[in-house]
Amino acid sequence: MEKIAMNGDQVIALSWKQIDPDVVAAYPITPQTIIVEAFSEYVADGLVNTEYVCAESEHSAMSLCIGASAAGARTATATASAGLAFMWEVLYVASGMRLPIVMAVANRALSGPINIHCDHSDAMGARDSGWIQLFAENVQEAYDNSIMAFRVAEHMDIRLPIMTCLDGFITTHSLERFEPLPDEVVKKFVGEFKWKHPLLDYKNPVTMGPFDWTDYYFEHKYQQVDAMRHVTPVLNQVQEEFARISGRKYEIIEPYRMDDADYAVIAMGSTAGTLKEIVDELRAEGKKVGSIKLRLFRPFPNVEMAKLLQGLKGVAVLDRAVSIGSTGPLFPEVRSALYDSKDRPRLVNYVYGLGGRDIKPEELKQVYKQLIYKEGETLNFLGVRA
Amino acid sequence: MAGEKAEELPEGGMILVAGSSKNYNTGDWRSKRPECDAEKCTNCLICWVYCPDNSIIVKDGKRVGFKLTHCKGCGICANQCPVKAIKMVEEGA
Repeated sequence: MEKIAMNGDQVIALSWKQIDPDVVAAYPITPQTIIVEAFSEYVADGLVNTEYVCAESEHSAMSLCIGASAAGARTATATASAGLAFMWEVLYVASGMRLPIVMAVANRALSGPINIHCDHSDAMGARDSGWIQLFAENVQEAYDNSIMAFRVAEHMDIRLPIMTCLDGFITTHSLERFEPLPDEVVKKFVGEFKWKHPLLDYKNPVTMGPFDWTDYYFEHKYQQVDAMRHVTPVLNQVQEEFARISGRKYEIIEPYRMDDADYAVIAMGSTAGTLKEIVDELRAEGKKVGSIKLRLFRPFPNVEMAKLLQGLKGVAVLDRAVSIGSTGPLFPEVRSALYDSKDRPRLVNYVYGLGGRDIKPEELKQVYKQLIYKEGETLNFLGVRA
Repeated sequence: MAGEKAEELPEGGMILVAGSSKNYNTGDWRSKRPECDAEKCTNCLICWVYCPDNSIIVKDGKRVGFKLTHCKGCGICANQCPVKAIKMVEEGA
């Protein structure tokens, strides 16, 4: 199809319009607002059959999604930052009840100090909530992930909720040229929503979300752990199928010019795009460098990550969030993935871009130089006046 | 009841049959059990009204016993009894 210019929020709404979920319940919050505004216009214009509920809070929005999904509805929502934090309690209910809710997260810093701009502290804080987490580099990927997400969450071997993350403002509000898929292609790809035991099936009544005592809770948690194990193979297969309808082939981890690289920098989200430019520049200078874009944070692809990194000389992990008192949250994941590898590279962490602080090309070049010259500490802060 | 493996259970704690709570012996939780002095009991059935676990057994309009498989020993019956006919006694004592 012809390429058109839209921003990241608009393409999420467009993907939902094409998928036509049964229920969308949401509460607007910057920088996600355009998603629910644009989608509510589709609803008002009669372009979708979705029951759209404008909730009075994010806690209510997620609770509505849980009820709708349990009833047997294909359900989507969107949030950001404090909104995601306000959903905290019920995020675990959604995953614990194994409800395949699809949620776009417009990554934004958490207060305080209050700030509306991009970092990943919202999604990173929810990493243990039992949701699958996919990150997009740009508008095209945000759209593509939003479509693939329904297939992954709703897969009968998985049935877990999924967050499709995109960088607040950088991706949500920037107009980019992207290629939408035809409505009928999206509809066919996503298919019909299937549910085994919908609450609205009056002939076969079930109880959902009952009190779970010491003698069963652990088993139900283990079921979630087990379901997560299916995500990587299923997502790989969904990405294959998606390539056939779109010509765009995604991987859970995407290496860039890594074939003969000695040094690599890892990032999630939009910074992964900037890194490719830097790699091209440094390659032109004859430096053996590459970059790695991580698309899937939960479940964390340990084996695939270790395979890519072992044998390198130096690797920097860029974290757009910080666990205060420790390191960035991505760093220990990568470090842990490498523990069993024979040939471990020097591994360093750079926390950057908190509260929407721009990450500049010169700063990223500096990271590569520090890798090459073995400079810097294990934990570094990039772009802060300190 | 408990003993099934994770893969044998419906996902997410879902319960696929109705009325299954009767299969769960909440009486196992009890540390005190109710005992009734039949001399004092007037069969007013206030205990039956208040019991949250449907554990007061009534036959022909008369209180005839406690369903100890499901009585959690909460003591509400003893508390509500207007003639103090019910008292809570330590299990195993």
